[in-house]
Amino acid sequence: MAVTVKHNLILRVVSKFIIPLIFLFALYVQFHGDFGPGGGFQAGVIFSAAIILYALVFGADKAKRVITPYVLRLLASLGVLIYAGTGVATILLGGNFLEYGVLASSQVAGQHLGILVIELGVGITVMSVMLIIFFAFAERGQAVLSSNAESERE
Amino acid sequence: MIDNIVDITLLSFLVILALAIIRMRSLFAVVMLFSGFSFLSAGLFVVMDAADVAFTEAAVGAGISSVLMLATLALTYSSKNADKEEKPTTHKPWLPLSVVTITGALLIYGTFDLPSFGDPDAPSQLHVAPYYLEKSMPETGVPNVVTAVLASYRGFDTLGEVTVIFTAGIAVLLLIGGRRRVKPKTEKNGGNRET
Repeated sequence: MAVTVKHNLILRVVSKFIIPLIFLFALYVQFHGDFGPGGGFQAGVIFSAAIILYALVFGADKAKRVITPYVLRLLASLGVLIYAGTGVATILLGGNFLEYGVLASSQVAGQHLGILVIELGVGITVMSVMLIIFFAFAERGQAVLSSNAESERE
Repeated sequence: MIDNIVDITLLSFLVILALAIIRMRSLFAVVMLFSGFSFLSAGLFVVMDAADVAFTEAAVGAGISSVLMLATLALTYSSKNADKEEKPTTHKPWLPLSVVTITGALLIYGTFDLPSFGDPDAPSQLHVAPYYLEKSMPETGVPNVVTAVLASYRGFDTLGEVTVIFTAGIAVLLLIGGRRRVKPKTEKNGGNRET
């Protein structure tokens, strides 16, 4: 998708101002999910929305320099690994799969730690999968547009 | 009272938007209206005190899926149909209209048997919900019951959900990840130019 806003100064300035705030909000939703509304899924989507906004305004290529597709693939699997790994860790510590109580000294502290860790895994996977999908569409769109332009020229 | 007014306003906006989406021929405008529809639904969820669901609806329905639909529009670009007009329908609308009307009437008839909204004696409130509401705070120490259920009591389900999202990412990568499909086309065009 070659939808790069090249000459719109207002969009560029406003998005530069707003993107850090979106990141901050995503982190708040991620780590405050056990006290307020939100959690890993929402935080991941918000986090990826900030990067998608950056890609729409400044171009997908610049956004890919911020977070490369290779890193995204690693992160997508890392999130699932963190989640499932927490389950395996609880088994090794003598509990059932995903029984967080054994992670720390007390039941409540272990639950807290476990929920925090698996929400982090959810957030990482959702964030990177959303970006993988967006970049896949964007890349394919650019290829289609350039091939269209070429065939129109003939 | 004020809840009812907000509900009725939001629901009538939803109906207006749905009618507008049906009447609209420009696909770009339809995508924008879809986004507005999702945002209004998120507002409805907030009125129903389902803040977590509203959050997800606003972020995914109004945000990401609109971007993806716009990307799809850009993917299916052709210079002949640059305005993205939907093709005019060729069939008569009577059969689908009657099917939709009968199904809708049956669904509305079905709602008469449902317990009213927020009824404490509803079956869904009597099964496991009291246990979660009473025990989630002492057992997990997490004030947000939704998070406690999602991450702790139903942790295995959520693992499955994350795996589904991961699989979706892999599927998209496999389907349109590379540029392989487009390249032969440009090469063919290049070959045509030489002849």
